[in-house]
Amino acid sequence: MSKIFSNIILAISLILVQGLFFNNVNFLGNINPFIYLFFIAYFPIKNNRTFFISCAFVFGIIIDIFSDTHAIHAAATLTVSFIRPSILKLFFGMAYEHQVVKFNSIELKQNIFYLSSIILIHHFILFGLEIFDTSKITYILKNTINSGILTFLTIYILYELIIKK
Amino acid sequence: MQRIIYFLIRNKDFILFLSLLATCLSININFNEYNKSKFINSSNFIFSSLYNTKFTVSKYFNLEFQNKLLVEENRQLRLFKYNNSRKSNDISLEKFDYNVTASSVIKNSYSYSNNFITIDKGKKDGISPDNGVISSKGVVGIIDNTSENFSRFISILNTNFLLNAKFKNSNYFGVLSWDGSNINKVQLKDVPKQANVAIGDTIVTGGNSLIFPKGILIGYVNSYKLDSSENYLELEINLSTDMTNIENVYIIDNNNIKEINSLDE
Repeated sequence: MSKIFSNIILAISLILVQGLFFNNVNFLGNINPFIYLFFIAYFPIKNNRTFFISCAFVFGIIIDIFSDTHAIHAAATLTVSFIRPSILKLFFGMAYEHQVVKFNSIELKQNIFYLSSIILIHHFILFGLEIFDTSKITYILKNTINSGILTFLTIYILYELIIKK
Repeated sequence: MQRIIYFLIRNKDFILFLSLLATCLSININFNEYNKSKFINSSNFIFSSLYNTKFTVSKYFNLEFQNKLLVEENRQLRLFKYNNSRKSNDISLEKFDYNVTASSVIKNSYSYSNNFITIDKGKKDGISPDNGVISSKGVVGIIDNTSENFSRFISILNTNFLLNAKFKNSNYFGVLSWDGSNINKVQLKDVPKQANVAIGDTIVTGGNSLIFPKGILIGYVNSYKLDSSENYLELEINLSTDMTNIENVYIIDNNNIKEINSLDE
């Protein structure tokens, strides 16, 4: 019960921190980290999938309202939450299938690959939908990489602080 | 029938995902047009009051710069006042063509390709959609959505923003828009080839739009080239306003807009 409660607190504080602070970092002009992805990436593994997907959608819509974008964050978080089991299976293999993966005890290498693939997919969908122009594919990729690096750093720091302790 | 139900239950996550994704995409495509995004925006009560709370704290860090801007503007107004002292007596409020309201930005954004900015004046202060927004240095946007106490405007840094603009020293005009790549530069398109363009020329608002009065500063020509049809020039304009640092803005309301629009009906 206390775990559910602490997750709700985490979600609300991530939304507030993203909306009020990390949307205005504008590092080198227009690069912002999307730290709220922490919630999707490290959502408890044993979950009801339907609940997780709907949760991610609502979460994304709230971020959208905060940043005045039109459901692009929602679409990106939704997709990531839907394909997260496949990514987990890809990087954790048998351990995931036997449900023994715990986020506080995974290896550094696996964690890096897992987190960066989630971030890249999310950012690519986000910027792809936002710019919505195939002729600007280099601009989309540039934004994805730049923002992705910043997001990775912030989320990894948060991971060390909150989950690993 | 049973099989269909079984199939639906087995794939319920995938169906949920697809339907939510379709919702997202339809919002993204339908609401991405000017004036349609009434559903998702940050000028509603909860989000504006959050931003307002944040603004009351963060505005102190920017006071010095904003003060300088206001002092400079006061100086210009004073200059204007002393040079026009004879006329100033017979101006009465009812005769003004444009109403001007001062306001503060509580949420600025410039990192997306469609940026919106929220300000702390709304319907109660007489703000309505399609009013123009300027800073002391030039044009910044057009109001697109208002609530009781707050309103949101389309920033000039928005790929859907279009504005009629002309040269200060001649009457050649073109359409101003933004391509989404550089936050200091906007593009002026469809300028006739005959226009004598020089780098550094001043670009101001043209009189063809009812939103802004004629002659408000937009920026200076940075470079120019012929467009693909080879009949028109495409100019790159350096914005006069620093869009990353705006706080005090003025909302311009054209009092004659109803009368002018009634001519077209």
